[in-house]
Formats: sequence, structure tokens, C-alpha cells
Amino acid sequence: MTYTFQWGEALKHLPYLLEGAWLSLALAFLGFWGGALIGLFGAVGKVYGGRLVYRIVDIYVVFFTNTPALVQIFFLFYALPEVGILLAPFTAVLIGLVLNSGAYLTEIQRAGFVSVRQTEIEAAEVLGMSLAQIVRYVIVPHIAKTLFAPLSSFYIWLVLGTSMASIFGVEELTGRAINISTTNFRTIEVFSVTALIYIAITILASAVLALIGRYAFRVRAKIF
Amino acid sequence: MLDRIISEAPRFFTYYNMVFLLEAMGRTLLMALIGVSLGFVLGFLLDFARRTPGRAWLPLRVAATLYVETFRRIPFLVILFIVLFAIQGFRFPVSLFGVAMIAICVISSAFCAEIIRAGFDSIHQTQWDTAAVMNFGRLQTLRHVVLPQAWRVILPPAFAFMVMFIKDTALASQLGVVELTFAGKVLSTRGFSAMLVFGTVLVLYFALSYPLSRLGGWLERRLAPSRGR
Amino acid sequence: MPHLAVADLTATYPGTDTPVLRDVSLEVQKGEIVSLIGPSGSGKSTLLRVLVGLLPPTSGAVRIDGEAIDYTSRRSLKLARDRLAIVFQQYNLFQNMTAMGNVTIAPIRIKGWKRPEVEADAARLLAKVGLAEKHESYPDQLSGGQQQRVAIARALALKPEILLLDEVTSALDPELVGEVLDTIRVLAADGMTMLIVSHEMGFVREVSSKVVMMDQGSIVETGPPAQVFDAPRTDRCREFVSRILRH
Repeated sequence: MTYTFQWGEALKHLPYLLEGAWLSLALAFLGFWGGALIGLFGAVGKVYGGRLVYRIVDIYVVFFTNTPALVQIFFLFYALPEVGILLAPFTAVLIGLVLNSGAYLTEIQRAGFVSVRQTEIEAAEVLGMSLAQIVRYVIVPHIAKTLFAPLSSFYIWLVLGTSMASIFGVEELTGRAINISTTNFRTIEVFSVTALIYIAITILASAVLALIGRYAFRVRAKIF
Repeated sequence: MLDRIISEAPRFFTYYNMVFLLEAMGRTLLMALIGVSLGFVLGFLLDFARRTPGRAWLPLRVAATLYVETFRRIPFLVILFIVLFAIQGFRFPVSLFGVAMIAICVISSAFCAEIIRAGFDSIHQTQWDTAAVMNFGRLQTLRHVVLPQAWRVILPPAFAFMVMFIKDTALASQLGVVELTFAGKVLSTRGFSAMLVFGTVLVLYFALSYPLSRLGGWLERRLAPSRGR
Repeated sequence: MPHLAVADLTATYPGTDTPVLRDVSLEVQKGEIVSLIGPSGSGKSTLLRVLVGLLPPTSGAVRIDGEAIDYTSRRSLKLARDRLAIVFQQYNLFQNMTAMGNVTIAPIRIKGWKRPEVEADAARLLAKVGLAEKHESYPDQLSGGQQQRVAIARALALKPEILLLDEVTSALDPELVGEVLDTIRVLAADGMTMLIVSHEMGFVREVSSKVVMMDQGSIVETGPPAQVFDAPRTDRCREFVSRILRH
């Protein structure tokens, strides 16, 4: 028996799915900034903190980048209750994403810090700038410009990564797709539409980030 | 908590359980290896298709580009589901492992095509031009000139991708494939402490991934492209 | 009959509107050395690229020994590339092969000539360009000047009739320019027909029998070096020459 496509059944849930997409973007946003904060401390610690700090941060980074985020969240969700820490699904996913992102963002930001060339700083010193001025006018803009592209692509990657939240019942885009298809069984249509929404939001997010990069940081990037 | 783990440990770390976990780990590694290898072959074909010159081949170039750009923008979990439901919907007799492998190859080929593209793009156009002017054919240029140079640029990100991919296979657990994460869930539902089970699973993933990470880093340093003129 | 004859050659880069070459005509006799000079973007390098088939012309004709080249025919293009050889400004050598490898790969793999003869010939050519002891060196072990000389040897290994040199010294450190120019002098003495694009005005003047000045895709003036440099007939050429010779 051939499968007859019923796209209307999937498309009528579009608003519901798009709300889920918004949640995916928000979850990625929170995860990104939480991770970026951790990453900032981690990167500073690694570059300027001395050997012991480097080792400790490195253990964190190496562990979280060499194990799957999904299993990390499983641990948070299923193992922590055994020591009395009960986390709601959304919270567990968010904490997991933050910790996981923090490891990657530590390395990304570390590369940015290390990329500041001595010649730039020396030129600023020779011009008579104070340390605070050098940081503000030379180092920070350089790092912002260098890091914008890798951080943007990490955010996009994270948006796709939020789909694993569905496994824990969070009603982001994939979660809602699962919800719909369990009621109307039009799985191919629903998930195809879901896939298209992911493509759309990633292209949109890339375009917005490229524009921000071009005008705020003067980082030239392709809009597609 | 600690006493629970200590008391459960002997019951957990039995021969049977360990074999179960190691077999699952083997399946994880197998999926990653096949995924990356096939992904590379397909990715190479995709990039070759993307670069075929001539107006007649425009549909091929467009199709290949569309494929790569599309499947890099869909979450792996969603691709797994789509492949699963498509195969089930059309009643193809494919095992769960097979479904997972198809989904793995789809996404892997898209990402590998990008890595390969970057590798080829790093070869200056003059290399192609010089060969063309000496009457090298496209395939001859690839074989004698471009590939021997491009592989140095391709290998480090390829390794990084493989490391990433081992972690992605964890999602195949949602399909019911008995890889390492699924094995963890099975053991945890059998009553063992989740902390013990998932802790062990995390360590096992680490054991798979970390050596490859280090190897990849070493390769990257060794293959740092020489600044030739 | 001229060895190389270009008649009303026009070419445009795909996707753009303005032609980069407009009705360019010139002739190179056998054994003659013709140099192309002019400001950047004047079309000098583009002309060479069109001749070897890297950019298809939109109109005009190119003839070698009277035979027209059809740049739309693969056969014709292949034959043309057998007779022409080009050396580029940079990224010339195949990085994955030694000097000897670079020189011998095309004769062996593309022409199918036998290895012993090709290698003997290559050794002779490398000696001619002054790199007899550098057979087994890889490009990243060679200086820019040495790399360019290997590139010239490689171009000669295919026994071309006409050699095109596209600003072969422009990317080199000043001390290395001389050795490449010396090599070109040797080839000139051997009677090789050459079309050279160069900024080295002193060298151009010394070695060329004819100098062609180009600007914005067209030929502005043609003549012997004495005329083009000392008594240019057109204002544009006079302006260009005075500016470059001021240094």
C-alpha cells in the first residue's frame, strides 16, 4: 500500500510549530550566553591564569568536548536525582547545554585572546595609551572582530543542537513535531515541514548575524 | 550516594554487563567509522559534482549545492526521524541500524563535502591553470597535482569531524539502535544507579573520543601547510 | 609568415560587461622577442591568458604559423597548448613534487614520452637554468627566483614553439630578479620566440626587438624599444614612459 501525502495535516499546525521554533531559538540564546560567560572565565583563566588554573579549566573543556551532550543531559536528568537534585526537563537541558557550550566557547574565546598581536599593543603603547585605553580601544575591538564569525556559527550549531531537548519532553520545535505526529500519524509531512523550518531559521539567523557583523563589527561575511 | 555506588559497583561491573557495554561501544565506533568513510566518499562526489564546469551541468551543480546546504541545516535527530518514517512509510525492509546508517551518511556526506570544498579551495587557481595549459585533463590534475596537496588541508578537520560524529551517534539511541547511549538507558532501567551507569558511559565515550582528538591535534600541527609560492 | 599572429582579439570576463581586451592585434616573428608593457589592468596578462585558452575570446583570431586556433574546439585548443607554453607570476610549481618531478611530470604523464629520455632532457634543462644541483629539492626549499627558473625549465620540457612569460619577476625579491632575467637572456640567445609581459623596463629595452604598450585593453603603441621609450608617438605612451622612467 502506498503512502498518500497529506500536507494540509502538517501545515495546519504551522503556528504551533513556529512557536516551538521560537523556543528553540530562545533556548539556544540562553545556552549560548550562559556558555559564553563560562567560556569567558575559562579563556581568561587559561590564558592569564597560570599552570594550575590552566589544568583545571582544561580538564573541564576536555571532558565536555569529548563526551556527547545528550549523555551529559541524561546524567543531569537521571543521575542527579539520586543525590537529591531534581531538575525539571527544561532546566536540565539548559544546564547541560550551558555546560557543554561553555567548554567549546572557552576554546573559541581562548583562540581569540591569543590572536592579539604584540605589534598592535606595542604600537598603542608607543602612542601613549594607558593599559585601560589599550584594552578598550585595541584589544577588545580586535577580539570582537576575530571572534564574531566563530561565535556566530557556534550559535547556529547550538540552535540545531536544541532539538535534543525534545527527548526530555521540552516542547521546542522537534518536541512539537513529535507531539503532532503522535496524534495525526502524518510523520513524514510533519517532520519535513519541521526540517524546512529549521532550514529557514538557520538561514535567517545566519543572515541577521552576518548583517550585525557587517555593520557593528565590520566583519565581512557572506549573507548566504 | 557514594555508598550506593560502592555497594552497587560489583553488581554493575560484571562480565556480562561489561561485554554488553563494550559491544554497544563497538557499534558506536562502527557507525562513526562507516559514517565518516562513506560520508567522505559521497562528500567527494558531491564536491566534484558541484564543480563540474559547463552550462550543461548546471542542474547537477545546483542539486549538489542544494543537498549540501540543506542537510547541514537540519538537526541530526530530525534527519534520523525523517529517514525512519520515510522508510517505514514506504515499507522498505531496513533494520534500525540500517536506518541510522542512512541518516548518518546523509548528514556526514553534507559536512564532508564542505570540508573537502575548503580543502580544494585552498589550492590556488594557478595550480589548476598551469596543469590545464600543459594539457592535463581535470582528472589528471586532481590525481597528480591537487589531491596530493589538498589532503593536508582536509585531514585535520576530517579528524575533528570524526570526533564530533562519535558524539552524534548517541542520538541514534532514540531510534533504538543498541549503541552506547542506548545500552546505558537499558542498564539504567534495569535498576542500576543512573549515576553509575551514565558515569561509566561518559567515561567510555571519552575513551573513544579523546585519543582521536589528540591524534587530530598532532596531525594538525604536523600538517601545517607550508607557505609555498 | 609570423610565428604568432593576433588579429582584432576581443575578450570579456564572464559575468561582466566591459571587455578586457579590445581589438588587439600584434605579430611575433620566429625568434623574435616582443614585450608588453602598460599600467596594471591594461590587459597584458589577460592577452596571454586568452592565448593559452584560459579565457575564451569573444571575437578575433589567433594564428600560429598561419594556422588558426579555434578556442571552442578541444582538439584545437589541445594542439595550441602543445605549441605554446606559459610561465605565471606566482604559485607556479606543483608543491607536492621535486624540481625534477615538476619538469618531468607532463612529458611523462601527458605526452607519454619515455622516462629515461625525459629525465635526461630535464637534467639538461635544469642545468641550463642554473639549477643542476637542485633536482631533488621541493619548492618550499627553493627561493622564489629558483622556483621561477624551475617553472621555466618545466615549460621548456614540453618543447614549445612559443614561450609566454607573464610578469615572471614581479613577485620576486629584488636580489632574485637578476637570475631569472639571466635565464631569459639565455633563451633569447637560443632563438626562442617569446612574448613577455614585464615591468622590468631596462630588461625589456635590452632584450626586445619590439615593444607593445597597452592601456585599458587596447594597444596604444607598437615599435622598437628606442621608439617606445625614447620617442613615443602617442601621448598616452609618453605619459606612461615618463612616469615609470622617473624612478
